[in-house]
Amino acid sequence: MSSNVITVPVGQAEARPWVDQLHQWLATVDHKRLGILYIGSALLFLAVGGVEALIIRIQLMHSHNNFVSPGVFNQMFTMHGTTMIFFVAMPVLFGFANYLVPLMIGARDMAFPRLNAFSFWLSFLGALLLYFSFFGGSGLYGAGSAPDVGWWSYAPLGARAFSPGHSSDYWTLALLVSGFGSIGTAINIIATILCLRCPGMKLNRMPLLVWMNLVMAGMVLIAITPLSAAQIMLLIDRYLGGHFFDTQAGGSAVLWMHFFWIFGHPEVYVLIIPCFAFMSEIIPVFSRKPIFGYPVMVAATVCIAFVSMSVWAHHMFTIGMNSYANSFFTLTTMAVGIPTGIKIFNWIGTMWGGRIQFKTPMLFSIAFLFQFLIAGLTGIMMAASPFDWQLSLSYFVVAHFHYVIVGGILFALFGAFYYWYPKMTGRMLSERLGKWHFWLFLIGFHLTFDVMHIPGLLGMPRRIYTYEPGRGWDTLNLIVSIGAFIQAIAILVFLTNLIISYFKGAQAGNDPWDAWTLEWSISSPPPAYNFATVPTVASRRPLWDLKHPEDPDSRYE
Amino acid sequence: MLPRRTKPSLWSGWQIVLLLFWSASALWAVAPDPAPGHGTNVFSPASSPAKSIKDLSVFVLVITGIIFLVVFVLLVYSVVKFRGRAADAGREPAQVYGSTQIELAWTIIPTLIVVVLFLATARVIHAIQDAPEPVGAMEVTVIGHQYWWEFRYPKLGIVTANELHIPVSNPDHPTPTFLQLLSADTDHSFWVPELAGKTDLIPNHPNRMWMDPQSTGVFVGQCAQYCGIQHAKMLLRVSVDGPEDFAAWMRSQQKPAVEDSAAIAGRRVFERNACMNCHAVGGTSADGRFGPDLTHLMSRATIAAGAAENTPDNLRLWIQNPKAIKPGSLMPAMQLSEADLNAVVSYMETLH
Amino acid sequence: MSAVTTTPSFPNPAAEWHLPSRGKVAMAGLIIAESAIFTIFVVAYLFYLGKSITGPTPREVLETPIFYTICLLSSSLTIHLAAKSLERDYTRLFLGFWLLTIALGGAFLYGTAQEWRRLIYDHGLTISTNLFGTTYYSLVGLHAFHVTAGLIMLSLVAIFGLTGRMGVSQSDRIAVLSMYWHFVDAVWVVVFTVVYVLGR
Repeated sequence: MSSNVITVPVGQAEARPWVDQLHQWLATVDHKRLGILYIGSALLFLAVGGVEALIIRIQLMHSHNNFVSPGVFNQMFTMHGTTMIFFVAMPVLFGFANYLVPLMIGARDMAFPRLNAFSFWLSFLGALLLYFSFFGGSGLYGAGSAPDVGWWSYAPLGARAFSPGHSSDYWTLALLVSGFGSIGTAINIIATILCLRCPGMKLNRMPLLVWMNLVMAGMVLIAITPLSAAQIMLLIDRYLGGHFFDTQAGGSAVLWMHFFWIFGHPEVYVLIIPCFAFMSEIIPVFSRKPIFGYPVMVAATVCIAFVSMSVWAHHMFTIGMNSYANSFFTLTTMAVGIPTGIKIFNWIGTMWGGRIQFKTPMLFSIAFLFQFLIAGLTGIMMAASPFDWQLSLSYFVVAHFHYVIVGGILFALFGAFYYWYPKMTGRMLSERLGKWHFWLFLIGFHLTFDVMHIPGLLGMPRRIYTYEPGRGWDTLNLIVSIGAFIQAIAILVFLTNLIISYFKGAQAGNDPWDAWTLEWSISSPPPAYNFATVPTVASRRPLWDLKHPEDPDSRYE
Repeated sequence: MLPRRTKPSLWSGWQIVLLLFWSASALWAVAPDPAPGHGTNVFSPASSPAKSIKDLSVFVLVITGIIFLVVFVLLVYSVVKFRGRAADAGREPAQVYGSTQIELAWTIIPTLIVVVLFLATARVIHAIQDAPEPVGAMEVTVIGHQYWWEFRYPKLGIVTANELHIPVSNPDHPTPTFLQLLSADTDHSFWVPELAGKTDLIPNHPNRMWMDPQSTGVFVGQCAQYCGIQHAKMLLRVSVDGPEDFAAWMRSQQKPAVEDSAAIAGRRVFERNACMNCHAVGGTSADGRFGPDLTHLMSRATIAAGAAENTPDNLRLWIQNPKAIKPGSLMPAMQLSEADLNAVVSYMETLH
Repeated sequence: MSAVTTTPSFPNPAAEWHLPSRGKVAMAGLIIAESAIFTIFVVAYLFYLGKSITGPTPREVLETPIFYTICLLSSSLTIHLAAKSLERDYTRLFLGFWLLTIALGGAFLYGTAQEWRRLIYDHGLTISTNLFGTTYYSLVGLHAFHVTAGLIMLSLVAIFGLTGRMGVSQSDRIAVLSMYWHFVDAVWVVVFTVVYVLGR
């Protein structure tokens, strides 16, 4: 390799008392540790949200079931949605961003390490606040203690009149608090990327993961804040007698919908774009080729960020907007599918002519491509607003967004886990358990979410705690529920893999995958300071240049 | 552990199995409902809006299906053809960075597809939403409540609940029904899939929809916008009647409540207790509007917005302990004595 | 146990490598986020104009706060002058302009408080009176909250200045804080236009 060897003795800390170690973790401002804290807390809430999903699926196994009461069921779907979006998906993606972005740009930490820690703890506090509602919230009989207004808390259902007690307030406050944490992290990511890149790393030489997290962070700044604003307005309504969404005083329930979806739609792009980032790092390495069309991948991502701010009312096609508004949002929604869709072509173009290695990260990535394609196409179906007048608010839409979130986001995340776990821990995850995890989850996922489209087409609305026997939905729901349990088993296999491999996994070394970005140039796990000397780069794949001095990328850029 | 050599083809096999399963399910869903009576199948429309939607949806499905097949084939091909073989170990393939022509092509083609899809969709949007209301159309005002439907026919002087009767429409001389959608409390959504797409009922935001069912019979649906604890039991029954049946129904609904002297005790119970605060019985002093109008309760097949069949036993249970049928509904348990309960149920049974 | 880290040999660093200041980038990010929040409140205000069912209307009760607006907008000028003075290490001049900024900001808040007192006690307009009341107090109140937060930060810096801790080496931080103050003023221009010009 290279003749320049710097030997840095890394003394492993002598076995310290567990109190010290715990304190280190709680007081850390190191981006790597905070990244792991984010990811760890996300996994915890993945399990909790998953249990909520299983409760839902048991109740819906057959018509007129009595597993849980209507009140509890309504709390379950509210908590499941809120938990998965705000306390699983966002934290785990922030966690990976936190861990990887400084490493990939050759920096020693994020721009504002203390803000970083503060943001994490705010977000964790929000999660605790939400779950405290099970104990602390109080409501009328049937209103329950945990919030039960759906994760959108539509007006006027969220108003004092229809949600007495405090369950709704826990929802509002939890999201406000963690929203501020998200804004802090987003500011941190942007400042890090713009201000801490190592010499030579011009913007057009950053890894795609860094680009996409930059775009994601920018979107967070203008997408999360409308929700924060709407929630402040809701609190003013509930506690100060305000009338923002008080239809009796002339207020508008539709205004809440607009504000919520102006947040809600860009939010789903905030969730998927970091997953595009994972795919854009993993697929090239396991195809042994650079990403096909780097500039267009960047441009398409930026394009998505802008266009996605103009599509929000496709969640409101049934509320009675006039035909011009419906046509406009149909057009923009279909249009945003273009930059999103061509990325799939770029990834296939990366695999084309390559030498594909079917390690576990790549298996998850290939499944991602297949599933994201389908999810995008069902999205196009619903973009045709008249069709959406049938499909909206039904299980078709539930199937669609789970296809994106589980089939897209979660699969990409699993790929990212298998790919970067060696870097974070110094150990490889078991390939054998990985394949069990993959196949079980794939089967369970398709059993559940392929079939789930059908009850939607057969008229089954969402958010119903039970359904009528004569409608032909019974068997389908049973199959959906069985698939959910298979996915649960797969997740257990995954968690087992995470734990066992930490102790028994093969040593990873610096660069187990023969990859090309800067994080693979340092030890696994990296030292606290990341880089002994700040690197200088001359191309998009600095390690490729080092490994192939006869044909470096820098010659072609 | 799976042997390395067979892994790629095994994976392809699974994909094929899943693809077949998925296509089979999709085809099965598209097939019209063979059961007698009407169901809730989006692909079995019986009314013009639902038919236009179905035609558009088939067009969209065909196009997205083609896109899916093309991309799927490319994906499977690349995975199979370019899988790493032991013989290639140690050599990297040609490092291709991109191709402007290819990227241009795969941007332009999707853009054209979007234009085509959008134009086809815009036509249907306007056809359904901007359809003018013909003179002589049936007009119904729908008011959504937690957790029941109020139906008023302003031109006919009829007020009823939960079960809608509308005339069948002859395609040659259409007699559509136009619904005005209002809400008394939270958001609801009127969804009878075989008659039309859904439209929401939002307080302070009147909406309008129409349907012209071309076959008679009972169509079912339910509320589609989460409105609270008993959202799941806010069911819809739409009875599409032939001209004579509709006329007969209309006449009987326009009459005041049947006065049966045998039920006078029950009527006293009804009027003495809090019942009349919420319920109306035409022609009597009971004119509460918070709950369903009971003038012609016995003309309905179900009670509690479809949560239970309209039988004396169910009615009895509903009045004494609504929690047993629909926990969380706003009907209070009336705490009547056995005698009062029997009397009032007998009274209800006379309200044809 | 010790691990050996092999740092690969990277090409020589480029001659010049300038990246923006992280404080300024972060403040720009914060300003963008806050602008989005204010935009939502402004949208709600505009949407609900004329839609109150009862109660006082803007035309009936609002008085244009010209004097206090001039105070706030001039404070942008004074903070700019303060920042420029500090860059040249004129610490006394800096402190003078800085304290003037605080005074002008404080005057603005006083004006807002005066106006609210008049609206509440003379006209009976509160946040729960009608849609106008809700949207007015929310929007103007959100802005006043940001002014207050700014004044707290400015006062902290004033204390540092009065105890002799401010010098040219702090001018980058002062530049970042000034960005926030200019933002608060810019928001007031928008709020003023929407509430007192368009809204009446």
